[in-house]
Amino acid sequence: MKSLGIVTPQSMHFAEPLQLQSGASIAGYHLVYETYGTLNADRSNAVLICHALNASHHVAGIHVDEATGKKNVGWWDNMVGPGKPVDTDRFFVIGVNNLGSCFGSTGPMHTNPATGKPYGADFPVVTVEDWVHAQARLADALGIEQFAAVMGGSLGGMQALSWSMMYPSRLRHCVVIASTPKLSAQNIAFNDVARQAILSDPDFHGGHFYEHGVVPKNGLRVARMVGHITYLSDDDMAEKFGRDLRNGSYQFGFGIDFEIESYLRYQGDKFSEYFDANTYLLITKALDYFDPAKEYGGDLAAALSNTQAQFLLASFTTDWRFSPARSREIVEALICNRRRVTYAEIDAPHGHDAFLLEDPRYLNVVRTYYDRIAGEIGSKSDLRRAA
Amino acid sequence: MNFDQLSALRPDLAFIAHWVGKGTRVLDVGCGNGVMLDYLQSEQRCTGYGIEIDDDKIPECIARGVSVIQQDIEAGLAMFRDDAFDTVLCLSALQMVKNVEGILQEIARVGREAIVSFPNFAYWPHRVALLGGRMPVSKSLPYQWYDTPNLRCATIEDFSELAREVGLEVLECIALQDGKPVSFLPNWRGSLAVFRLRKKTA
Repeated sequence: MKSLGIVTPQSMHFAEPLQLQSGASIAGYHLVYETYGTLNADRSNAVLICHALNASHHVAGIHVDEATGKKNVGWWDNMVGPGKPVDTDRFFVIGVNNLGSCFGSTGPMHTNPATGKPYGADFPVVTVEDWVHAQARLADALGIEQFAAVMGGSLGGMQALSWSMMYPSRLRHCVVIASTPKLSAQNIAFNDVARQAILSDPDFHGGHFYEHGVVPKNGLRVARMVGHITYLSDDDMAEKFGRDLRNGSYQFGFGIDFEIESYLRYQGDKFSEYFDANTYLLITKALDYFDPAKEYGGDLAAALSNTQAQFLLASFTTDWRFSPARSREIVEALICNRRRVTYAEIDAPHGHDAFLLEDPRYLNVVRTYYDRIAGEIGSKSDLRRAA
Repeated sequence: MNFDQLSALRPDLAFIAHWVGKGTRVLDVGCGNGVMLDYLQSEQRCTGYGIEIDDDKIPECIARGVSVIQQDIEAGLAMFRDDAFDTVLCLSALQMVKNVEGILQEIARVGREAIVSFPNFAYWPHRVALLGGRMPVSKSLPYQWYDTPNLRCATIEDFSELAREVGLEVLECIALQDGKPVSFLPNWRGSLAVFRLRKKTA
């Protein structure tokens, strides 16, 4: 299949302070983003892709790291590109890195103008809603009044859902994959174990580890290991690793016996090389705080009552992090509001991670849905031309 | 999808479509590839949802612009509130369901009216097949006994009884043969039973 080839990130500076949900504000920040495809004349074919916990603006194509020369493929390259379900031959796709991230947009490792030192732990806690406000400013700057679709998986799905409530008229379609209207106690519990791993690492230095020239690698590593368990299904782990032993027999020590241990440690090590500990804390908090129904007394239908978009939701049967039941809560609340909503429940074995993987049924659902969007936009522009 | 297209594709649905009011809210339980809702939306200004379990049918519904919810109808209709729809359709799907009584109760709960169709087991070629000692295989029951998705075999008479038991009043009952109503000996000559039902008010 065709690829977008080499892609280049862009950056936009915003001088006006962004008021945050916490009451704090960020003055003068920048957002890093990538775009693929071409914005059409009536600016109706823009699609915003929102990223999840450990991803970035680099959604598709190949990015070459300047320092190392290493080539990185976008995290949703199987979904976005020429001829792919979100077809960049038809849509103008934007991937944006969120505030507080460690992939370019203003985050804890950047200089706090108030102190002249890195923000570190002083970077304000940001919420899903704050991110959406920041994304809307980027859309303003790019001249996009209304998106053809705003789309995301997991935490990205929460941002898409927030768009539909916060800027109802600014998106025609809202695509929410493997997401949830709020975290469960169990979800929050896992997040807190991850945070505790980081916070209790002696190299964390209260979040100001940059000035000590160290990184709380062990904490990050354990945080990632815990997180990673929740992304996979029991079946998938059994299938991939089972009780397979690394060296054929028990070692009677605390090193690596089982393949699953080796895999998780490898994932943890890899993650701790590139991810920022403060970012991990911030993003897990954003996940925990997300609960749009809260200010409506827990009534999700009331929270979604002002939405105008059409919705596509998809979930995966073996996802126990954000199970199908959580997506169905959103669907039910939308049905209650008589919104146009399509819901696909994909019987895939890969747990939460399935939203990033190849599954012809899943990709076909998204492809067909975007075909429909393209049809709507196409006929709209045709009408304009005729008028 | 216009009426002629629907008639060519599914004459039974074209007949049933006359019973659905213009501009009404419709739930199609077991909506398949979504042709009925496609027609009702585009020609009759109806709105609503389809429910379908089959992975292959979901993209077809999406392509038709049908709001399809993928779920097993055995799980009930908990997503929908009482009286949420003017009409609930359950067309050529009920015979594949295990908990027929439960689904009918759910249909009665979420809709004011319901239209239910299913293959009439008492259609005369089926009776002949049974007299000859074999399970019927016909255009309306095209499966061998060992690989049929149809779990339930019912006749027009049987269904009337169950409908009444779950609190549905039979407004009309028609037997269709090749999409056309059969008036003479319908329980013999019609291969598809179609019921228009209304919730009995206490």
